[in-house]
Amino acid sequence: MDAIVAEDLTKYYDEFPAVDHLNFSVKCGELFGFLGPNGAGKTTTVRMLCGLTRISSGEAYVAGYSPLRELKLVKKSVGLVPDISNLYSELTCIENLIFMGEMYGLSKREREERARELLEFFGLIDKRDSKFGKLSKGQKRRLTIAAALMHNPKILFLDEPTIGLDVTGRRMIWNLIRKLNEEGITIFLTTHNIDEAFNLCDRIAVINKGKLTAIGSPADLKRKFSGSEVLEVSFTEKNAMTVEDISKIPGVIEVSRSGGSFKIIVSDPLLVMEELARRARSRRASLNYVNLRGADAEEVFLRIIGESYA
Amino acid sequence: MLDELRGAFYIAKKDLKEYYLKPPTVSWGIAFPLVFAFAFLLRGWDKLWLAPGLLSISLFFGSTSMSAASIVFERRTGSFERLLLFPISYFGVALGKSLSSFFFGLLSLTTTLAIVWIFLSIPPHNLPLLAFTIVCAALQFSSMGVLLSFAVKDPAQAMTIFNSVRFPMMFLSNMIIPVTRFPPYLTPISFAIPLTYSVEAIRYALVGSYDVIPPQIALTVTIISFLAFLYFAKVMIERSIP
Repeated sequence: MDAIVAEDLTKYYDEFPAVDHLNFSVKCGELFGFLGPNGAGKTTTVRMLCGLTRISSGEAYVAGYSPLRELKLVKKSVGLVPDISNLYSELTCIENLIFMGEMYGLSKREREERARELLEFFGLIDKRDSKFGKLSKGQKRRLTIAAALMHNPKILFLDEPTIGLDVTGRRMIWNLIRKLNEEGITIFLTTHNIDEAFNLCDRIAVINKGKLTAIGSPADLKRKFSGSEVLEVSFTEKNAMTVEDISKIPGVIEVSRSGGSFKIIVSDPLLVMEELARRARSRRASLNYVNLRGADAEEVFLRIIGESYA
Repeated sequence: MLDELRGAFYIAKKDLKEYYLKPPTVSWGIAFPLVFAFAFLLRGWDKLWLAPGLLSISLFFGSTSMSAASIVFERRTGSFERLLLFPISYFGVALGKSLSSFFFGLLSLTTTLAIVWIFLSIPPHNLPLLAFTIVCAALQFSSMGVLLSFAVKDPAQAMTIFNSVRFPMMFLSNMIIPVTRFPPYLTPISFAIPLTYSVEAIRYALVGSYDVIPPQIALTVTIISFLAFLYFAKVMIERSIP
């Protein structure tokens, strides 16, 4: 049995499809990434799976239970870490965790043991009696993840777990996520951070404008959407071309400029090179430097969502 | 059922720890009713008639101020959704929120009750009945406060909106102005306000007489309105899910 199954999962806000007929599944024990730009439908999908947002149509199964018909059983099986650290600021770290344990029906002894265990795991044992409101951003994030684990859920939903954290904080959370996954918890992670998805996840689903545009392991996605797709060019005349000029060329997905060079993500490198050379000649300039290379993770992502615009 | 009650109790316990010292809870839930009670007592009005009203004001403001702080604030910060993730029904969540307000209302009442008892030398007509009516009234007020909280989005406006409802109710429900003195067009409004019934129930239990509503009817309406407010609060929670 898969941990999560979505069948034509859809959410409409008025007539706008925020999530549009998603079909995917997540295996037990997998670290699954849901990658997309802001507003793509990632959080809405998670909220539907956890019962915080109504499903407009389609079906879903979470730990074998349907959020439409067996919501209480879904809630017992999952933990959700929302994108904001929304625990209770006047309660201490231990009090916040104990409250979670109480609400999930753990006995007093289980609550206290589990809370102590989690505080140690997340490096917060020294902060046990500190109020949540007084913690740093990174500490708050760690405690929010700990709170979602109090009842030993089978599936952990992490919605943008490292948002707002610095590099050190982000790396710490990544390590914790890996450790949790090694212990057998299925993790469903949403992120707009491409590095995060490609570094952490066993498989990634790319979502854009409510639709699933690609799904596969990071290596599969790079293989499928990569190739000779990034042109780095410069011209003999510095102002021969502008970003706007180049972006209008058919086959160009994304252009950026750095000093006198352009980095162009393309779907058809030969066509774009021909057109660049022709336009440069018409402006009494020529191509000075051309480099064709494989796409990195960010470029793969842009290629994937660029194709979904086509 | 036991799980639901347990969950509701834990929500109430958490709310009391989190919100009992928040400024709106303290100022409107404890300070205001106390000051109000003193103001009326010092004016030398009919203390026997006023005492039930003053107790009701304490209970009313105490029971409704907590939910203004907890629900409105939590909905704004996103913490309220935490409660919807727990394996407890929305009814249980509504009950939990009502219970925290209920306990806070009782806390708020203690000082006014002591003033009425000790300084005004008004021992209760029927102590067990008074305890029961106070419990029923506190439940009614707290569930009303929970329901009203869903009408407020901005914590900064919470007390303004609450007071725009509470003050007219306070003046129209036989708390401080006898309904019998109202012009005819206001009397039906008084009878339509559930608080009038709880005030009359407390009045009977405290002083042994009532103004306009017999105690059996007063108590029955108080209990029914508590259940109705709780039910509609649960409906509002369901509706808050997009």
